Amino acid sequence: MNLQIQGRVHRLGDEVNTDVILPGRYLALRRPEELGRHCLEGIDPGFAARIQPGDILTAGRNFGCGSSREHAVIALKAAGIAALVVHSAARIFFRNAINLGLPVILCPEAAAALREGSLASVTLPGPWVAQDGQRWPGAPLGAEVEAILAAGGLVPRVRQSLAAPIQIPAKDLPAHG
Amino acid sequence: MPSVTSPPGLRKALHRGQAEECSFRVDQGMLSFAQIAGPSPDHQGEHHGVVWGTAVIGATITQKILAAHAEEGSAPPGAIITVRPDIVMLNDVSGPLAFEQFEAMGVAHPFDPDRIMLVADHFAPAPNVAAAGAIALTRDFARRHGIARHYDPGRGGIEHALLAELGLIGHGGIVFGADSHTCTAGAFNALGIGFGSTDLAAAMATGRLWMRVPDSIRVELTGRPGPFVTGKDVILELIRRIGSDGAAEAALEFGGPGVAALAMDERMAVANMAVEAGADMCVFEGDAGSAIDMARRGMAAAAAIAPDAGATYRDRLAIDLAALSPMVARPPSPANGVPVGALRGQRVDQVYIGNCANGTMTDLRQAAEMLRGRRIAEGVRLVVVPATQAIWRQAMAEGLLEVIAAAGGAVSTPTCGACFGGHMGILAAGETAIATTNRNYRGRMGHPDSQVFLANAWVAAAAAVRGEILPPGELDSMAPESAA
Ligand code: SF4
Repeated sequence: MNLQIQGRVHRLGDEVNTDVILPGRYLALRRPEELGRHCLEGIDPGFAARIQPGDILTAGRNFGCGSSREHAVIALKAAGIAALVVHSAARIFFRNAINLGLPVILCPEAAAALREGSLASVTLPGPWVAQDGQRWPGAPLGAEVEAILAAGGLVPRVRQSLAAPIQIPAKDLPAHG
Repeated sequence: MPSVTSPPGLRKALHRGQAEECSFRVDQGMLSFAQIAGPSPDHQGEHHGVVWGTAVIGATITQKILAAHAEEGSAPPGAIITVRPDIVMLNDVSGPLAFEQFEAMGVAHPFDPDRIMLVADHFAPAPNVAAAGAIALTRDFARRHGIARHYDPGRGGIEHALLAELGLIGHGGIVFGADSHTCTAGAFNALGIGFGSTDLAAAMATGRLWMRVPDSIRVELTGRPGPFVTGKDVILELIRRIGSDGAAEAALEFGGPGVAALAMDERMAVANMAVEAGADMCVFEGDAGSAIDMARRGMAAAAAIAPDAGATYRDRLAIDLAALSPMVARPPSPANGVPVGALRGQRVDQVYIGNCANGTMTDLRQAAEMLRGRRIAEGVRLVVVPATQAIWRQAMAEGLLEVIAAAGGAVSTPTCGACFGGHMGILAAGETAIATTNRNYRGRMGHPDSQVFLANAWVAAAAAVRGEILPPGELDSMAPESAA
């Protein structure tokens, strides 16, 4: 897939958990515009209002740890975040973001270097992160993650796969006996 | 020197005429392995000597259980595989988002309604109109798709405790749950794997999900725990040591002679917080205790899955249960564990005894023993939440609820409640709680300026009596005030 995102950088620290991204008391909400208003309210109630559509969020270790709530990804997207550049991300959060078409780039060097408030870019394929003439490679996303992003998320990916089930040629099936 | 390879690698080798000799074997309908006498160009040296699935050579418990459920028939660490779970589970928070995504996938019906479990637990009974709507969606989805395993308040409880109680998870099983604490199933020599809503919508639609096979970390348990030391303390100590992402991209595997010293409830408390160490999943070795537990829950006997002698681990850790003291994790991270004595004198406004893994009969008996004949301190609220309806009824039959109520505690119907800051005891600005729950992130139980200390039920109940944290043994040595 080809993707080029350019946006202003918002920096957060390590261990940003999904409870602070979208506090539990809002979990009965489901509409993106409602969730987006509360994005990162657990850390900074003014955060959502500062984000412009297309902005990039960068953070440290174990981003999105804790609860599996997909509401956290919906809130980030609805607030306007277009890509994440992090040192590392929790497994469930990473999958949730990819499944909803929000790219998460694992890149400790870029996560350490990106400057708050200035423009940066994220490019796929690669993935690449760039700012001020410097460029860092992110960890490879892998074929399955790339396929989900290319399809536009897991829902279209499943629709595709159900429409055209993958056929395994008989000669490639393992022999039993 | 014969080398070994996974079936896909073997297939390629056979095509190229490089394999001189091969064999497949199916053991208990789940295990397969292949050996080739020639070189293995595709996987040379890559797999650390792990051979998928047999008791002959080097697989961990996690690799064996995953291999038995993988379409590929093998599960070497790092591989991307497609796994078919035995059961999938959603709740009233993750479910409604998943139902929308399921509809959007264009599938008329779930892969197998009998292998789906829907539990109203987070916001049940509904505290407001929005939550009532989410619970109604869960009920509607169950009705529309003929899902009989649907649990409303009064019939169920918190999903992870309920899953085990209903006999739906045991030796060698896999549950996919749209909840991060699905790892609780590891207590039963099974794999509980947490996902978000869209992944579980896909699991409902297709009966499978892709995943990366984690490395394994072996945690060797020895010794017997002393007084007031529980499973909660084992896991708080482990997370303190390895940190909140110390087990990232790994499965925690608990084994050794100390396992037998932990009751099944205690193993659940350990497994439940594996995700707080960043683990992808976790699993205990099975033993007579887990086998008896399966029989008690009406499950057919199945052999426990044991690791092979030559299994390869990313790390090995040892915990001597006899050397542990009760632990308390300071806010705002479960990794902030310290021995309880270090927090002596810390005031608390609320004590919360409950949650998916620490609202068990074991916890309620501990709390009641601490509270019997005593009153909780002036100015302190005690909220006790049995994890399931069956536990609530058993606690009532044993007179535990009466003891708690007589001490001044509020007993709730089973719910996730305040554990995630939903309802039933959330905290005001500036308040402090001690709780038997699993997360103490900023604002987890209410206002962003409230705080939560995590501890076992002995420690929590003792703090309710004193109004501040203290080693429970110190309270225990004091005579109860005149019995009520
Ligand atoms: S009791 Fe708490 S940790 Fe357990 S499932 Fe409910 S909200 Fe999650």
